[in-house]
Amino acid sequence: MNDFLAARSQMALSLGFHIIYACIGMVMPFFMAIAHYKWLRTNNIVYRNITKAWSKGVAIFFATGAVSGTVLSFELGLLWPGFMKHAGPIFGMPFSLEGTAFFIEAIALGFFLYGWDKLNKWFHWFTGIVVGVSGLASGILVVSANAWMNSPAGFEYVNGEYINIDPISAMFNGAWFSQALHMTLAAFAATGFAVAGVHALMILRKKNEVFHAKAFRIAIVFGAIAALLQPVSGDISAKDVTKRQPAKLAAMEALFKTETAAPLIIGGIPDEETQTVKYKIELPGMLSFLAHGDFTHEVTGLDKIPKENHPPVMVTHFAFQIMVGIGSFLVLLALIYFISLKKKSWYNRKWFLRLFVVAIPLGFIAVEAGWVVTEVGRQPWIIYNVLRTADAVTPMPGIVYSFYMFTVIYLSLTAVVIYLLRRQIQMVPVLYDKKDSTQPAVN
Amino acid sequence: MEYVVIAYLFLSILLYVVLGGADFGAGIIELFTSEKNKDRTRETLYRAIGPIWEANHMWLIITIVILFVAYPLIYAEMSVYLHIPLIIMLIGIIARGTAFVFRNYDAVKDDMQHIYNRIYFTSSFITPLFLGIVAGSVVSGHIDHAAATFVDVYIFSWLNWFSVGVGFFVVALCGFLASVYLIGETDNPDDRKRFINKARHMNIAAVLSGMYVFITAWIDDIPLANWIFGTTIGLIAVIAAGISLVILWILIYSGNAIIIRLLAGFQVTMILLALGYAHFPDFIVVKNGTNLTLMDHRATLQTINALGWALLTGTVFIIPALFYLYYKFKHKEYPHD
Repeated sequence: MNDFLAARSQMALSLGFHIIYACIGMVMPFFMAIAHYKWLRTNNIVYRNITKAWSKGVAIFFATGAVSGTVLSFELGLLWPGFMKHAGPIFGMPFSLEGTAFFIEAIALGFFLYGWDKLNKWFHWFTGIVVGVSGLASGILVVSANAWMNSPAGFEYVNGEYINIDPISAMFNGAWFSQALHMTLAAFAATGFAVAGVHALMILRKKNEVFHAKAFRIAIVFGAIAALLQPVSGDISAKDVTKRQPAKLAAMEALFKTETAAPLIIGGIPDEETQTVKYKIELPGMLSFLAHGDFTHEVTGLDKIPKENHPPVMVTHFAFQIMVGIGSFLVLLALIYFISLKKKSWYNRKWFLRLFVVAIPLGFIAVEAGWVVTEVGRQPWIIYNVLRTADAVTPMPGIVYSFYMFTVIYLSLTAVVIYLLRRQIQMVPVLYDKKDSTQPAVN
Repeated sequence: MEYVVIAYLFLSILLYVVLGGADFGAGIIELFTSEKNKDRTRETLYRAIGPIWEANHMWLIITIVILFVAYPLIYAEMSVYLHIPLIIMLIGIIARGTAFVFRNYDAVKDDMQHIYNRIYFTSSFITPLFLGIVAGSVVSGHIDHAAATFVDVYIFSWLNWFSVGVGFFVVALCGFLASVYLIGETDNPDDRKRFINKARHMNIAAVLSGMYVFITAWIDDIPLANWIFGTTIGLIAVIAAGISLVILWILIYSGNAIIIRLLAGFQVTMILLALGYAHFPDFIVVKNGTNLTLMDHRATLQTINALGWALLTGTVFIIPALFYLYYKFKHKEYPHD
């Protein structure tokens, strides 16, 4: 592994790790707010227990997300100094606002986690909402900075100089809305299905069924609605990518030759040597329709793009297939959930609960795959059509060791977090099964 | 607006050193507390910093964002030449932040606690040590654009007696801040006495490492004494720090907790003021004298203006919320166990 590949891998690892914690940290507070609201309204102790149990998960995820986010803000420079010394002043605006949003989130989380029985109960509830809203704002702002790399705006690039910088129009670049919408929905879908799945598993195991059934119902509503809306946002994104980054679209669809009435490829193994795709299923004209809204429209293939500007086709194509495949499965699951609202007997069926257990990791796999599409599909550029990733990397040799080290750190952290969550879930009966109203130990 | 941004840069560095530093210091104290008292210390500490520790570390994010938005060349220069100490500091930040939360949110309290604790106090020591090394290296003039070998560019830019001395000085300072802070967090006379003792040890350590820093500066031809004593403001700041330290030691046994905390914070402010003033506008001192300054190496005015407004707007939201957080969770509201 050379240092350039190591730097890219370390960045991918750090982002891939952070995104999971960031998603959960920005979505779970909304689940908590619903449970908390029900507790305050109905005085049903189960809802308070759910809120408390979730808030412990949020504390663990938030802390891990906060430190991995801090690491990323340094890694941007540590790994890509050639990028940051130009890009910082242009796309820094969302980061400076995100600093505020993140700060408010941390303050509100302090109030929320430690505010039980100390604050006015509705103020306490409100601080939970603030955690969610500011978390969501942070997420949107950071995605807007990433969108700028795909759709550079707010400066002119003349003879290698970046002039006429306008940080506001850089923030509201052409891709910010489609990317932010897609990511926000993805966060809700992934977290909703993951949380619902864990509670479904507990119901299957016949543990604290009342507790877990109520928790399941709150989480799944968020997940299911987001999953159903996601195809619409995916369509907006696809059209946006077609317009702005034809090379990325061609790689996503492994479209080697420019075609009219281009087919949508399902599956298949692209071969960059022979410019063909083996073992594929074709839906005639569908790609033209999805990209341009017209079954016969011409779609730009990789042949129209200079070879040195091609993104890696295989990785981008596979990642795209995984994302769309999982997305479709979650749509199906969402529909099954909404049907179950009519057919109440399904709730007790094993197959029904098992479907949701299967979905625990799927949303997050789709999120990771989606980021692979965005990031790998933008290569070889770090700022699309302006600066090459290879020209931005740090001159420091030996990054490969740093990559190994971070791999070990993040793998062990992941293991510990899973271990902690297991222990939290196993402790649910001990902490929350008291029938009397005495308060369970907070820690 | 330029000066607004510079003010925020120094303010966030200062607040990170004082608040984040007290937080690191809490771990350092735990490291130097005997086994039999560790649990009590830990409990006081959790009560004291549990609700606020995340917020204390946000100042680092603000600092780094200001650096890369407004002073991208300075940020890039640090990222390249100080890559290794920054990476070690980051690993410390990861280890410390996660271990602190894990040990409090592990539903089962068993042998895992020992592991979390060990990681927590080790990284509480390492992180400020390397933060200090980075700070020392930025002003030491060891960054050499003409250097050619890996060792000269990426190691000796920060591995020198002066930078390491600054590292230990920062560690002692953090420990001192935390001890002074914790004195006000307990009413138990034994605990108070222990924290006062810790404050004394940390103060001595800070003075010793401070002297060591001056000696290494003199050996390395770094005009540190000149920076601090050579300007009127620097001189006044150092004298003010000295006087406030004396007052602090007079008041420490009986005085109001808030006042002694403010005095400790004031000392750090004065030290940073003396250093910052002497240096301004230089930020990174480079071997051949091509220093990177806050005036010549800033981003365009459009960026500075936008950032300035973002910071000012953010302050309107953050400061009241932050004060209310500190106010609401000061220890008097806690029942004693």
